[in-house]
Amino acid sequence: MNWKFGRKLVTMGMVSLSLVGVIATSGVGLISAQEKVQIEIAWRGTGESDNIKRYLEEFKEEFEAENSDIEIVLAPITASEGDYFSKLGLMMQSSETAPDIISEDTFILNANANAGYLLNLDEYVSSWEDWGQFIENIKNGVIGEDGSVYAVPTTTDSRGIWYNKEVFASVGLPEDWQPTSWDEIYEAAEIIKEQATDVTPFAMNVARVNGEATSMQTFGMLLYGTGETLYEDEKWNVNGEGIVKSLQFIDEIMNQRQLGPSLSVALNSTYGSVIMQDQLPNGKVGMVLDGSWNIGNYTEGAVAELEDPEAVLGFALFPTDEGQEPGTVTMAGGWSWAIAQNSENHEEAWRVIQAMSTKESQARRAVLEGTLTVRNDSGEDEAYTQKPFIDSATAALENAYFRPKNDLYPNVSIAIQEAVESVATGTATPEEAAENYKRAVIEIVGEDNTY
Amino acid sequence: MAQAIKKRLSDDKKTLVFLSPTLIILLMFFIIPMVLTIYFSFTNLALTGSQAKNLEFIGFDNFTKMMRDPGLINSISKTIIFVFFSSILGQCLLGFLIAFMLKGKSALVKRVVGTSVIAAWVTPEIVVAFCWVIFLGDGGTLNLLLGKLLDISPIAFLFKYPMVSVVVANIWRGTAFSMMAFQTALDDVPVSVEEAAIIDGASRWKVTSKIIIPMVKGTFTTNLMLVTLQTLGVFTLIYTMTGGGPGNATMTLPVYMYQQAFVSYQLGYGTAISLVILFLGAICSVAYIKLLKVKI
Repeated sequence: MNWKFGRKLVTMGMVSLSLVGVIATSGVGLISAQEKVQIEIAWRGTGESDNIKRYLEEFKEEFEAENSDIEIVLAPITASEGDYFSKLGLMMQSSETAPDIISEDTFILNANANAGYLLNLDEYVSSWEDWGQFIENIKNGVIGEDGSVYAVPTTTDSRGIWYNKEVFASVGLPEDWQPTSWDEIYEAAEIIKEQATDVTPFAMNVARVNGEATSMQTFGMLLYGTGETLYEDEKWNVNGEGIVKSLQFIDEIMNQRQLGPSLSVALNSTYGSVIMQDQLPNGKVGMVLDGSWNIGNYTEGAVAELEDPEAVLGFALFPTDEGQEPGTVTMAGGWSWAIAQNSENHEEAWRVIQAMSTKESQARRAVLEGTLTVRNDSGEDEAYTQKPFIDSATAALENAYFRPKNDLYPNVSIAIQEAVESVATGTATPEEAAENYKRAVIEIVGEDNTY
Repeated sequence: MAQAIKKRLSDDKKTLVFLSPTLIILLMFFIIPMVLTIYFSFTNLALTGSQAKNLEFIGFDNFTKMMRDPGLINSISKTIIFVFFSSILGQCLLGFLIAFMLKGKSALVKRVVGTSVIAAWVTPEIVVAFCWVIFLGDGGTLNLLLGKLLDISPIAFLFKYPMVSVVVANIWRGTAFSMMAFQTALDDVPVSVEEAAIIDGASRWKVTSKIIIPMVKGTFTTNLMLVTLQTLGVFTLIYTMTGGGPGNATMTLPVYMYQQAFVSYQLGYGTAISLVILFLGAICSVAYIKLLKVKI
């Protein structure tokens, strides 16, 4: 009898103890949250050498000193490009997991806005005088299909051919190299292959795992270089010759002429950092088709710091396939800061974004990251204009093309990546891959929306 | 009589009460998600885009899409190849062989072999995957050995022979399960039967094929079923080692499902594919059961 009672007592005691524990911990959480509003900023982290992290840490210190009621929590998502967007999509669905401020790539902005993940910023920007300083063209990227503004632009960028001047000098290629057609690219690559046998002549993003990089830096550049587009008059290009021509370029480099990197480098999720942070500055690859923001790898304090970047590397504009007008092309992208619809702190998040978007802060970010600024006035900042390669990167923007403003673009982008990877690995011929691409796009958008 | 019934009822009630925590957990984490999955496979649930906002019931559209999808046909064939070679041929057979050869050996041999095989099995799948990536990599252990011993230039195993690589890795990982199952089964074979057969003049081979193997047939079927179902769901190993590639050389159903659901943002379609995996598992199980009945 006594023993039975004792057991009951012990059980009740343990239950109440655990209950108290649960209440206590949640209570503590509640109390501390009421003191400061926590604003969580999420972006695509790239590990230790993260330029955005450096920028945000500086910003956080300054901002918190001037705004004692807000605490900024840095929450980078370290993932491959493709995984970052998926993870964000999952996080933004509930207010418990949604970050307050999100680094949003303009290519998926439309889709996310339509899904109801992003806060409509029309009211906020209409009463913000700085909004007038943003480049009109770039503003286009953050306006959703319904005409409302869903984010504030932070950076834009262009793409071109990075080349190692020392490798070029060793094989007799000019220091100020600017190809005017795709044939000239082949020529330069063949010369490097012949004379500098340990050097990979030409590299570009071809893997599905590199996500949007493959679609934009490789396929986009090639297709628009043939004079065709992905999407025109609200219809998607599926029958164009340019598609096959672009895939043929990839086939030539990777398979036919063997001018590209090995598959174990090209298909690895670390391709970007391996090529741009190690192989290119160290002369193990001759030419790389990639983005202008890679400047950020070579500046002071960066992961692959070079004393005089412009002496070791060059940035050439990407030519049209046969040198036809307009001579060079580039895809222009852009990132932005958006506020999650499911965030619980819209007002405070807006204040943080405003502070990050001032002329000085904008310029500082562009300088640290190596990207191009999106404000007219920041573009005149001294530290910015003196950055290496800024001239060529900005010059490339003269013939800039933007990605389709359609919320199915992210899905089409996947089809592009599959087509590119299948050709690069030799699994499909350019013609076959183009057929598969056509079929995939028709499946995504419906046959009526293609041409 | 009434008393007995009353006691029985209160016993049942007690059972229910004690089982309720388990039932609730099962319901929350197993049954409800399963029902939701089946429901979602009939919708156009997506991770982003306007579909994410307006969930629509689209009936069998996902399933008709599957019939037109060459990627899915490829996935099914890759899955069948993977399951056949790594679980049926690989794990089952190898497990049996190891168990058979260990029979009657010294305790030391049993322990050493047993421990090393089991160690592979208890290692987390992602660790196993990384070990194999390093082993088969361009500058990895295998290539180093081949270079030193046979003077062969490095082979990119994960790109040239992706299916072979993942099959071998999976066999390496899962054989322990089959081995342990067969060890138990073989220990159950009475020594007297074996001895009687040998006295009657049966050769070693005849003893094995006519006496021992029929006696472990039950274990064989059960083991085959379990191992097949386990292998059907292998995701981490393949995704880490080859990501489904190169191209879609190792794009088994789980990897394809992940691609569709999380990379292409089509959650509805992804759940429909998961039902295909379930269906495949069901077919295999029925096939094995029929096999057992027929043989007996």
